[in-house]
Amino acid sequence: MSEITPSQTVGPFFAYGLAPHSRCDWQPSKIYDWKDTVGADLVTPDASGTRIRIEGRVLDGDGLPINDAMIEIWQADGQGRYAHPRDDRGARPNSKFKGFGRSSTDKAGVYSFDTIKPGSVPGPDGKPQAPHIVVCIFSRGMLRQVYTRIYFADEAANAADPILALVPEERRGTLIAHKGPQGNVSLYTFDIRVQGDNETVFFDI
Amino acid sequence: MTLIFPKESLSAFPKHLTPAYRSTVKRSPSKPLIVMPHTLSELTGPVYGHDAVQEGDNDLTKQHKGEPLGERIIVHGHVYDEDKRPVPDTLVEIWQANACGRYVHNVDQHPAPLDPNFTGAGRAVTDKNGYYKFVTVKPGAYPWGNHHNAWRPNHIHFSVFGYSFVTRLVTQMYFPGDPLFPFDPIFNSVTDEKARLRMVSSFDLENTVPDWALCFRFDIVLRGREQTPTHTEKH
Repeated sequence: MSEITPSQTVGPFFAYGLAPHSRCDWQPSKIYDWKDTVGADLVTPDASGTRIRIEGRVLDGDGLPINDAMIEIWQADGQGRYAHPRDDRGARPNSKFKGFGRSSTDKAGVYSFDTIKPGSVPGPDGKPQAPHIVVCIFSRGMLRQVYTRIYFADEAANAADPILALVPEERRGTLIAHKGPQGNVSLYTFDIRVQGDNETVFFDI
Repeated sequence: MTLIFPKESLSAFPKHLTPAYRSTVKRSPSKPLIVMPHTLSELTGPVYGHDAVQEGDNDLTKQHKGEPLGERIIVHGHVYDEDKRPVPDTLVEIWQANACGRYVHNVDQHPAPLDPNFTGAGRAVTDKNGYYKFVTVKPGAYPWGNHHNAWRPNHIHFSVFGYSFVTRLVTQMYFPGDPLFPFDPIFNSVTDEKARLRMVSSFDLENTVPDWALCFRFDIVLRGREQTPTHTEKH
């Protein structure tokens, strides 16, 4: 048995390495450019489903924007399928859709993703989970990442979701993204409050 | 092989609130985390294999016209799971300060020079034995504003994926014998000494290349062990 390597903070300067073309303005000069492997646009040409944009602010315990956070999302495709061998339910129609995105925050603490609204996925005991996205947050001042989930306000399935049911009712609202119109792409807003009043629910996983 | 990811494995991780590292005070959750079982959403995770890197991405000394200043080093090692099995085909990303202790980032205003031949970012994918290798220069120590006369020990930032979204690890690799260790609240946020030493690379004379570069070994262990009768998966 080996013991795992401990976590350390991502620090304030990750952007040029991990999210060089995201929202953070890090470049002192163009000679230092670095290419993206992971970006904030998850949409692939073969991805069927509803195109959405998710946008929000990351706020600290004083309600101030965290301008050096990195947000990662992991989600199923529009049919509720994960691009991972452990999802063994046969061929995926959207085989190019990877379901993973990364966004840094900008000066106003804002992150954003362009993606496809995920379908429902199986939960414990085979009961379906409401459509959701798993979110992982890293930043200076966080010695280890925290995980939360984004659910969608317009999903009736939220009422029967087995994970939402574990959250005290008065805190569930922090996990719900709300819809607002923006051009022809549906915009959902999801703010992340790391600490304090109306603190976002984080999961022990 | 079905892997499970017991939460006990995280026991050596730093506490979210570690006041000696001041920035944690307003950036740590104050309410209890909600305990939940691992569902398909947690047991799966991003897959970035060999198509995610190009040749040369793991050599930080060859990204510009000339060679960077500083002490050329090799940093290599294996990525394992908790059963000491190699984790193959997984993405390893690194970023670091240059030899003078300066990051290529507008927010870094440390009065040390940028190096036009060094960005400080690299990536590699582990091979079938879980092995990765980088060539870079040794990063310098640098001051920060946490407390009076605060300096970070030399370190390279690592980001690793592993088998699922819950094996995701961001950490820092330190160098053996750094005199700044006792004074660094980030390093010491891992309170168990043995666990802390798992973040320190070892000098690797055997793989040091004569007349060319010193070598350091840094093995990384991610969450994940085989399900045994004593570890039933929580569903």
